Amino acid sequence: MNADFTAEELAFESEVREFLSAEFPGEYRDKVDANIRLSKDELVNWQKILYRKGWAAPNWPQEYGGTGWSATQKYIFATEMGLIGAPEPVPFGMKMVAPVLMAYGSDEQKRRFLPDILESNVWWCQGYSEPNAGSDLASLKMSAVRDGDDYIVNGSKTWNTYGQYADWIFCLVRTDNSVKKQEGISFLLIDMHSAGVSLKSIYLLDGHPEVNEIFFDDVRVPANNLIGEENKGWTYAKVLLTHERTNISGVPRGKRRLRALKRIASDTDDGFGSNMMENSTFKNKLAETEIELQALEYVELRTLAALSVGKAPGPESSILKIVGTELAQKMDELFVELAAYNCLPFLPEQFEEGFQGNPVGPGTAASSALVYFNNRKLSIFGGSNEIQRNIISKAVLGL
Amino acid sequence: MDFSYTQEQKMLQESVQKFIQKSYDFETRNKIMASERGYSEENWQLFAELGWLTVAFSEADGGFGASAVDLILMMDEFGKAMLVEPFVPTTVLGGGLFSALGSVEQKAEFIPKIMAGGLQLACAYAEANSRYNLSSVATTARVNGDSVTIDGLKIAVLNGSNASKLLVVARESGARTDREGISVFMVDADAPGVSIQAYTNIDGKMSAQVSFEAVEVAVADRLGAVGGAIGALETVIDRATVAVSAEAAGALEAMLQKTVEYSKVRKQFGTAIGTFQALQHRMVDMFIECQLARSIVLRAAMKLDSAEDEIEKARAVSAAKSRVGKAIRRVSQEAIQIHGGIGMTDEMDVGHMFKCVTGLAMMFGNTDYHTARFAAL
Repeated sequence: MNADFTAEELAFESEVREFLSAEFPGEYRDKVDANIRLSKDELVNWQKILYRKGWAAPNWPQEYGGTGWSATQKYIFATEMGLIGAPEPVPFGMKMVAPVLMAYGSDEQKRRFLPDILESNVWWCQGYSEPNAGSDLASLKMSAVRDGDDYIVNGSKTWNTYGQYADWIFCLVRTDNSVKKQEGISFLLIDMHSAGVSLKSIYLLDGHPEVNEIFFDDVRVPANNLIGEENKGWTYAKVLLTHERTNISGVPRGKRRLRALKRIASDTDDGFGSNMMENSTFKNKLAETEIELQALEYVELRTLAALSVGKAPGPESSILKIVGTELAQKMDELFVELAAYNCLPFLPEQFEEGFQGNPVGPGTAASSALVYFNNRKLSIFGGSNEIQRNIISKAVLGL
Repeated sequence: MDFSYTQEQKMLQESVQKFIQKSYDFETRNKIMASERGYSEENWQLFAELGWLTVAFSEADGGFGASAVDLILMMDEFGKAMLVEPFVPTTVLGGGLFSALGSVEQKAEFIPKIMAGGLQLACAYAEANSRYNLSSVATTARVNGDSVTIDGLKIAVLNGSNASKLLVVARESGARTDREGISVFMVDADAPGVSIQAYTNIDGKMSAQVSFEAVEVAVADRLGAVGGAIGALETVIDRATVAVSAEAAGALEAMLQKTVEYSKVRKQFGTAIGTFQALQHRMVDMFIECQLARSIVLRAAMKLDSAEDEIEKARAVSAAKSRVGKAIRRVSQEAIQIHGGIGMTDEMDVGHMFKCVTGLAMMFGNTDYHTARFAAL
């Protein structure tokens, strides 16, 4: 048994590292380091850089323009991206709707949608949750009624991340009310520019309108935007949810943030003439975090090893989501603790593109609380951690 | 043993509750926060009329009695409503420093004004490198004959943008973290050399970063003896620490109540989520945390009102802040988690409470700081 990479894998790791250090724009890295959000244009630009290298879609099969990488290569790529702070592709097109299109879309739909996703020409958002259908997603109500060659869609979706940028939305809609709730759901692609679609931004605790509520009022959607068969949408959606749970541990990003914590701790006065890296309580907390990261990394590597010999990721992958998100939130707390009074000012504008004012507080300190607030979402979205625990309880422990 | 409130305390509590119920709902608070001063001057005058601004002062100074139990029963209600008016900075910190250090003349001039609602104060003590250590003071005060020159930068100055007088902690002698050599000076907010950068805190209250560049004050503007302010400063901050601990305890209880209510009406999987045992037990744990927080804050207040020695009092304060800090994390995080996405939005009061208590957790020292102080005292 060993956890070493092969010579080829090590060579690949060097190649990825060199590429990222040369091609991930320095100004983007500075922004990421300063907790400033990248704009839509910047995210798209970065995605196009990866596209030109042929690395836009590590998880796609080669026939659709994917890399054809092994599970280990994908892991290496994700790790190097995380370590340098390069944003992953916006997941809604690349990681969410694309796998469903590949598995269940018609040839015409694949030709129509996949190339633009790969090239980042079109921005997608996810239309799953509704105000009254969150963890209990199958109880969703947004209706699509067939009318000739169209569906007439009515209802609303919520928590649409970056919906304000989206050209298209993939939705779960109700097409049959007379059957068991899971059996009356269809998977429908809707052009966000259609008449009758409107959007309301939802401001989160960090003062940023990251998510939206989207309203559909008699929206006509061509029936050829339906994926697969009518009323089979729940089955397709479940496939997507499994994809959502891979790569979610965030170990590389965690390692990067741990390095930042250590650096900031060394630069932070403890008030008694020394620095926070010499504060034994804080030092222990950093050690605990590092230990937790190591344990999580090996859970992930064991999952990866199983994938490499052809086993499917099982319900155990819920562990990665639970531990990964809760550990990220622990680290948010440590950033807040280090920042102390410097993160009291509520200044979201200071961390938006184009801020011209006089910044308050050193470095990223004032953003620590904002990140702490925003990241409370981690244990709520993508299937809340309670739902993940239910999955393990049922599917692993047989309870 | 008797844990019941006196008749006077009950009246005080009812008076605060009545005001909150009538004039301080979530929407009203949002409007107040968005106003130019970030608090309501009309409310402030009402607080004066109701006698609330006298609570922090002793009878000798013309106040209600300076009882810590009186103070926490008010702060508890303020916390539930996330009150943004500068009660702590003006009466507990500013007023406290006048009471503890002021000369007979200084007290006579300023304390009646504070109690009448005619004077806003701010205490500038924290610095970029001081963290929570009150004796870490790099701001300097140099005496030249009858005048004193102050230089330095102060952060987290609560009410700094609305105060007409700033009480500035500055060093007259000694090294940066020496306990000796620290004095408090009154500085007019509009004095030449004072620049104030105002902002709203995550808890919705107004605060500021204030820099002092060759600011001239008179020697007579010093409160107390030359270089001898640290003891009084600690006592005053300790009292404010208990006040914000009580504020947090009140806010946590409101978060628990809102979470329980929400779990009874939010339906998923065909039933209220409050029927799930996994969530029930977590809400029970929140309740237990609230009770422990409330109890240790009361303990600290009772110690402050007792004849115990100063060390015991300081230990009780640190015990309270340390334990409340833990409760803040557990209760507030669970409240958001159980609310789910809706708890993350700016529209819901529970999210604002989350931000409030996150701020209170570090105010005057976080759990780690106070645990270490408790152990060292």
